[in-house]
Amino acid sequence: MMANYKPNEMMTVAAARALRNEDVCFVGIGQPSAAANLARLSHAPNVTLIYESGTLGTKPTVLPLSIGDGELCETALTTVSVPEMFRYWLQGGRISVGFLGGAQIDKYANLNTTVVGDYNKPKVRLPGGGGAPEIATSCGEIFIIMAQGKRSFVEKIDFFTSIGHGSGGDSRQKLGIKTKGPTRLITDLAIYQPDPETKEMIVTSIHPGVTREQIQENTGWTVRYAAQVAETPVPTAQELDILRELQARTARAHAAA
Amino acid sequence: MARITSLAEAVQAAVHDGDTVAMEGFTHLIPHAAGHEIIRQKRKNLTLIRMTPDLIYDQMIGMGCAKKLVFSWGGNPGVGSLHRLRDAVEQGWPNALEIEEHSHAAMANAYEAGAAGLPLAVFRGYLGSDLPKVNKNIKRVTCPFTGEELAAVPAHRPDVAIIHALRADKAGNVLLEGVLGVQKEAVLAAKRSIVTVEEVVDDLGPRSLNAVVLPAWTIGYVSEVPGGAFPSYAQGYYARNNSFYKAWDNIARERDTFLAWMKENVLEKGPEAFAQHARKRAAAAE
Repeated sequence: MMANYKPNEMMTVAAARALRNEDVCFVGIGQPSAAANLARLSHAPNVTLIYESGTLGTKPTVLPLSIGDGELCETALTTVSVPEMFRYWLQGGRISVGFLGGAQIDKYANLNTTVVGDYNKPKVRLPGGGGAPEIATSCGEIFIIMAQGKRSFVEKIDFFTSIGHGSGGDSRQKLGIKTKGPTRLITDLAIYQPDPETKEMIVTSIHPGVTREQIQENTGWTVRYAAQVAETPVPTAQELDILRELQARTARAHAAA
Repeated sequence: MARITSLAEAVQAAVHDGDTVAMEGFTHLIPHAAGHEIIRQKRKNLTLIRMTPDLIYDQMIGMGCAKKLVFSWGGNPGVGSLHRLRDAVEQGWPNALEIEEHSHAAMANAYEAGAAGLPLAVFRGYLGSDLPKVNKNIKRVTCPFTGEELAAVPAHRPDVAIIHALRADKAGNVLLEGVLGVQKEAVLAAKRSIVTVEEVVDDLGPRSLNAVVLPAWTIGYVSEVPGGAFPSYAQGYYARNNSFYKAWDNIARERDTFLAWMKENVLEKGPEAFAQHARKRAAAAE
């Protein structure tokens, strides 16, 4: 049967499903923003979305291009300054889920968004960490959404911008970090969750039609699987409709500016 | 006490070669017109501080105003790279650029500490990140009460802070609404300041009792530059021009297209060129 959705849509839908109605979610721009708003517009209407520009409880009708579009402020419960956002709300421990993406990730879900190559002589200078270093350690848990590929899913990342599970095991606790870190990695092929002991991200659910060979071909480390691997439920017609309408509204709004 | 002057006069008086300059505005209210004026006045060797360098510093770096950049996220939001910043870091064009890289939390805390007159900012940060390995201004301190190890960075104390705001009254009191970023902190942390505004009015108008107002006596210069945040935005006046942010990717990708755009739109223009982007305040705000 021909799938009537794209791998990217499966990824966004699977990520959206991970958010709960009672979550307070710190949202990154791009894929995390699409997933978080899909959650809000489908199964989690009361989820609280927070963007680092200071908007608390925002309900945008179109996806923002930047983290501080006027749309976010106009539809927010309130907007606080950026120092207050990072001090009272993020550092203060009031955010249950941080939603991140990255350029490079390793098997412990450490993320690099800083450089490819040597820091002082970079092959590619990436944008940098932004809020991620503290989001990764201050939010109750972290969801990561990233499309898979050999260049992004690597054995060794070039720079630790934000920590996942460090070198595994109790790495986080040894650094004095009290939060859970990455509990889900949602890709265009599968869903990974940390092994309870080693904290290596292992596949717990494979998207429909995806093979283990395909997953391995797009990963720079030897992929491990949970004892019981589920098949991710296909996106429902309703999920796809909401996502596509959201993206169509967004495209129209950004073109019109 | 704020002096209401032209933008050219304000930049002439407040921004000098070699200064440490913070031009803030977190996506909202980015002082693009002031950036263009600094480029026209050919300021050099500036240390530029900004959480998100954005198009404003991409332009200033590409035009050779900067020797150092202090920042926390250097991309074109939702679009991709800042090509001029990358060219400076990767190829040293038009000159080598020293970078001091932080996280957003560190930058926000450093501005707040500067505004508070403290020498350093203390926060729970950088745990497990490589940034402290490449930035000697990130240190750890131990809480004398609990023993907890915390991150410390020096306070931002720029020579001059430059922001764009919605409006000022004739005395030079300035109103900010919407996404506030770190603008208030940047102005209070700096030795000198310039605020460009959409309009100078008799009275700031109806506002919340807790509206963010910078009193005239905290500001050096106020200049009326309608549209002066474009392609960023001014809440209640005009929206962020997302299509320009996308277009910038092509303009700035190559050195020659970048220089041609800067010549036509910055060097051969003045602050009044921003007026075409200005809009009257939305009726709902009246």
